[in-house]
Amino acid sequence: MSMAITSVFKSVVNYFASLGRSTVDSITAVGQASLMLFGALIAFPQWKNIRLTIAQVYVVGVQSLLIIMVSGLFIGMVMALQGYTILVNYGAEGSLGPMVALSILRELGPVVTALLFAGRAGSALTAEIGLMKATEQLSSLEMMAIDPLRRVVSPRFWAGVISMPMLTLIFSAIGILGGHIVGVDWLGVDAGSYWSIMQSTVDWDKDVVNGIIKSIVFALVVVWIALYKGYSCIPTSEGISLATTQTVVYASLAILGLDFILTALMFGIS
Amino acid sequence: MDDKINMSEETVSITDMQFYRGDREIYKDISLSVRKGGITAIMGPSGIGKTTLLKIIGGQLTPSGGSVLFQGDDVHKVSRNRLYEMRRKMSMLFQSGALFTNMSVYDNVAFPLREHTKLSESIIETIVKLKLEAVGLRGAAQLMPSELSGGMARRAALARAIALDPDLIMYDEPFAGQDPISMGVLVKLIKALNKALDLTSIVVTHDVSEVLEIADYAYILANKTIIGSGTPQQIKDSDSDLVQQFLQGNADGPVPFHFPADSLNKDLLGVG
Repeated sequence: MSMAITSVFKSVVNYFASLGRSTVDSITAVGQASLMLFGALIAFPQWKNIRLTIAQVYVVGVQSLLIIMVSGLFIGMVMALQGYTILVNYGAEGSLGPMVALSILRELGPVVTALLFAGRAGSALTAEIGLMKATEQLSSLEMMAIDPLRRVVSPRFWAGVISMPMLTLIFSAIGILGGHIVGVDWLGVDAGSYWSIMQSTVDWDKDVVNGIIKSIVFALVVVWIALYKGYSCIPTSEGISLATTQTVVYASLAILGLDFILTALMFGIS
Repeated sequence: MDDKINMSEETVSITDMQFYRGDREIYKDISLSVRKGGITAIMGPSGIGKTTLLKIIGGQLTPSGGSVLFQGDDVHKVSRNRLYEMRRKMSMLFQSGALFTNMSVYDNVAFPLREHTKLSESIIETIVKLKLEAVGLRGAAQLMPSELSGGMARRAALARAIALDPDLIMYDEPFAGQDPISMGVLVKLIKALNKALDLTSIVVTHDVSEVLEIADYAYILANKTIIGSGTPQQIKDSDSDLVQQFLQGNADGPVPFHFPADSLNKDLLGVG
């Protein structure tokens, strides 16, 4: 009997011990990630890095254009279809323009762009840096007296932060055009009311700027997670695969969670 | 060559160094010194952390005790900027070569020059071609690392490692996985470069016969510590069981064949 109690007691103690250990581990990870971010941030004002950053804008930004544009187009078209079938019941199909524009500018543009960016560019960043680590390229940079945070991490970080807001704007613009294609060209909503009611309803600061702010916040988080996961991965094939998966999962969850908080702050009860 | 070795100047000197990875002790009070101008071999079985030792000398890992001096400065006590200055004088050839896969061989060799010097492209071109010529790869300058064989990749990495004319070069398992010809080429290169560029070389390896041909002094690492040291002849004549086991490649001996475990009886039958 007392043996059983002892073993229960032991397992409880072990549970708390492992809870404590994992807490300490995750706090350590946040600390390391912050140090890495700090190292990458202060490394920005170097002329050489600006050229490297532009090269990375091409890789993470320009090469993500196609998927962003196609997704934007289809999401705009679907929004218009869905919106039309509801609005037309109330004879309010003239409000299709603002409905499409507001939902894309405020929510779908920043969020879907960030999710796609995490999947397309974030995973690639993690895998690239993880492989550089596994093949000792990061070590060899260090041994050449070149800080990999400056040379590798920082340009990718800034490239992501620069690219994502631009991608978001492109996504939103193409989404609104997609809404026009379905709503006006196909379903016959009046083009004048599509644009003019949109123009009078959409507010620059409240809708467009807030969407951009959201996408900047998402960019910081996604790129930070992707780079940290790559930089700290276990340098084996399993380690890289795990890190890549974690990048997409953590980044997606972070985007959705942050979106709720930001929406509450920006559009909540005022 | 002998007069060089008798010079007491030490490029690297390690005193009572301990190193732990997690809770596992890797090194217990290691002391060794690398004399300027010589080729020092560090030999030992796989998996005892020979690469770790090079990373400690390079300041990438910090030991838990003892000191590691490079040209008289403690690698782990100097400021970050000073460490980076010191690293410009040391260079490391990684086992995989660690060439940057997104650049051609030429750009790989030019990389440290472009990063650390303000030389014009035409001077860089001359230096790169000379370095590639030294390793016999001038014709492969425009190839990408993925187009090179293992031995060529290692030679290209060697050209990059000597691009900035370092004082010290550390070879991490330079012979591992090489065919006899490229092994012979690398052995010759290490010896020739050491002499021609007035380098100090540390060669970490388990290929005993190759490295003893060219080394001026050798250390054997096993069981977390140095089990033997001396000139190649002294090593070969050593009466230590451990050293002889290592030189002759016996499966079992003072370095056990089995990873430490409970007895087989106990493990399988629960008795013992």
